[in-house]
Amino acid sequence: MRIEKHPILTFEKGETVTFTYNGTVYSGFKGEPIASALHANGVRTLGHTHDKHRPRGLYCAIGNCSSCLATVNGKPNVRICVEPLTKGMVVTQQNGRGVLKND
Amino acid sequence: MIKTDVAVIGGGPAGMCAAIEAANAGAKVIVFERNLSLGGQLVKQTHMFFGSQKQYASKRGFDISKILRDQISQNKNITVMTNATVIGMYEDGVLTIEHDNKYKKVLPRATVVATGASEKFLPFNNNDLPGIYGAGAVQTLMNVYGVKPGDQVVMVGAGNIGLIVSYQLMQAGVKVNAVIDAAPRIGGYLVHASKIRRMGVPILTSTTVKTAHGTECVEGVTLVKLDENWKEIPDSEFYLPCDNLCIAVGLSPLTELMWQIGIEMAYVPQLGGYVPKSNKNMQTSRPEVFVAGDASGVEEASSAMVEGRIAGLNAAKFLGFKTTDTDSKLADYFEQADSLRSGPVGEKIRAGLKLAELD
Repeated sequence: MRIEKHPILTFEKGETVTFTYNGTVYSGFKGEPIASALHANGVRTLGHTHDKHRPRGLYCAIGNCSSCLATVNGKPNVRICVEPLTKGMVVTQQNGRGVLKND
Repeated sequence: MIKTDVAVIGGGPAGMCAAIEAANAGAKVIVFERNLSLGGQLVKQTHMFFGSQKQYASKRGFDISKILRDQISQNKNITVMTNATVIGMYEDGVLTIEHDNKYKKVLPRATVVATGASEKFLPFNNNDLPGIYGAGAVQTLMNVYGVKPGDQVVMVGAGNIGLIVSYQLMQAGVKVNAVIDAAPRIGGYLVHASKIRRMGVPILTSTTVKTAHGTECVEGVTLVKLDENWKEIPDSEFYLPCDNLCIAVGLSPLTELMWQIGIEMAYVPQLGGYVPKSNKNMQTSRPEVFVAGDASGVEEASSAMVEGRIAGLNAAKFLGFKTTDTDSKLADYFEQADSLRSGPVGEKIRAGLKLAELD
């Protein structure tokens, strides 16, 4: 899903890094939002609602609408449309409300 | 407690211009931006702007953003705090922010609210399916990060955003199956509409979304024709495949912070919803709080920049920072704002602004 050729734009891409989403290894560019890296890999369903279990994806992509919440490195309710990707990130789909671990 | 003369909330086109003007007049300014860099929605605008040279006409949005960012980084009176979300505005003038995961307090002597707007949504069956994205999200994915939002798109909304984003989708190599709009006429400029029609995209007016289809993601959409009273015409439903349904039905001003301190608001449909009442100087019912850009009423980036300049200059002037050219600059900006809103295209905005005038 990456744009290969564009008449106006060139895209600055960070170093290629790998991360996991629900245990599957994907690659993306360091610094791009997690949701953008997932989308480029064809992953568009990012969670399910807590009551009716309806699929959820991103909607605004700028951190406004909270439709894209996921658990990142154990931290729940991260807006992955604005959270920069880093090497080795562990991202898991959040179904329903997130759980904050006591530590 | 962080202290400053002027706090600018939001580093988009309006906020950046407000900061530059207030700083040039001599005020110390801090810009609070929730993203990791300045620019707001300008960074995803690939089309050339209209207006006059003063509003960077014939430059592309992302280039304008670069010009403003450079001016800010060279200005010693401006501090930029990114990854800083203003989460509270209090009656005693204190702002609370979340900055790099820390909670901090700020005491400015004047504030410019330039928080922008959020995208409106549309009610229809299954409108929550993944793959149904706001037009801004589509622009962010493809113009900032180089990711296609889908392979084939149905665009909802034939205003300027819907038309421009349709063209941008085709530039990115995405097929646009149709642009639809519930209104009987195309809302955007005909120059944009003709361009995408020439590329073979049908623009279907008096048409709306009935149901989106798909299990985990959108796979297609049932559309329906509307009569002159905006009622569905029986048996006029038809289906179009799409893996991205793009919603471009307008924006609502982000005004939460101004509600928090009891600023006088008005409901003005022409400006996108509730907006703060303000005078010509972009001053709200709280004299030390100014507003600019989409947060004061949804228009477009050129007028947001002019409003930002007016608000920034006036915030500085309110604090006693006045230079020999403050008044001539202001006169120029008022004239620019009037010219951007002139003619039949600006009619709706002019009517809206009248309703939002502070007595």
